[in-house]
Amino acid sequence: MKDKFRLFVIIIFLSFCFGIFYKGLDNSNVYAPKIKDKKNIPIFEAKKFNSSVYHKSEKIFKEDTFYIVNIWASWCVPCRKEHPLLMELSKNQSVKLIGLNYKDSMKNAKNFLTELGNPYSQILIDSDGTLGVEFGAYGVPETFLIDKNKKIINKFIGPINQEVLEEIKLIIK
Amino acid sequence: MKTFKIFLIFFLLLGFSQLKSDEKDDVLKSKILKNIRCLICQGQSVYDSESDFASTIKLIVDKKIRTGSSEIQIYQYLREQYGNWIIYDPKLNKSTYILWLLPLLLFLFGGAIMYKKISIKK
Repeated sequence: MKDKFRLFVIIIFLSFCFGIFYKGLDNSNVYAPKIKDKKNIPIFEAKKFNSSVYHKSEKIFKEDTFYIVNIWASWCVPCRKEHPLLMELSKNQSVKLIGLNYKDSMKNAKNFLTELGNPYSQILIDSDGTLGVEFGAYGVPETFLIDKNKKIINKFIGPINQEVLEEIKLIIK
Repeated sequence: MKTFKIFLIFFLLLGFSQLKSDEKDDVLKSKILKNIRCLICQGQSVYDSESDFASTIKLIVDKKIRTGSSEIQIYQYLREQYGNWIIYDPKLNKSTYILWLLPLLLFLFGGAIMYKKISIKK
């Protein structure tokens, strides 16, 4: 009786372990914290494209509208892929796109925009990547959706696709 | 000449103390970077990683140390941006208490089993 009970406990334990590991196989290896609380936009000062003057974040996000902060760079291949979707989004009147040019050279960034179009209402320069960290970014490309209360309500890691675009459109409607 | 010598010694000591302070900052920086997880690498600390993300975090930690932020303040800042996961040594709080207490409970449970077995043998 005692042996049977022991065997039963071992089988239950092994099944439990198997279940945990089996479930873990489907988990993504890329860690991305979920945004539980709406986070305020960071307070910062940044240079704008073609300008040597620093602008305060409160002036950059001064309008009563939705904002999208998109981190991009000319050397980033996935940024090219998402660019047509950003161009489409820029036609929407209820949102303003702000580009954060990440660790890039001015010349290459300009060429990139000349070639693919400029969807941004403002472009900020993040030459060393520290501004991206203020937003909680991992790298490039990354997109943040900011509501009218100036809170970050969604974060999209990697290039945005049609599905994400539809999700954004639904929120800002 | 005597005054010159005194000044020379004074400036040498000043330079030495600056060197000592830089050394202290470097030790603190290494300690912090070894305790920060590189979020886009597999199983590497920011200290070990050469990724773009790690190099930015190294820059930020360096800036924060130079502007006088303490180790706890730097961890707090990174937690606010990326959550608890970024720190290898998580704080004891509501969401991590099982992590901290489980090894202790397992140790006590194992000890109790061993004690029981030994007492039965005796």
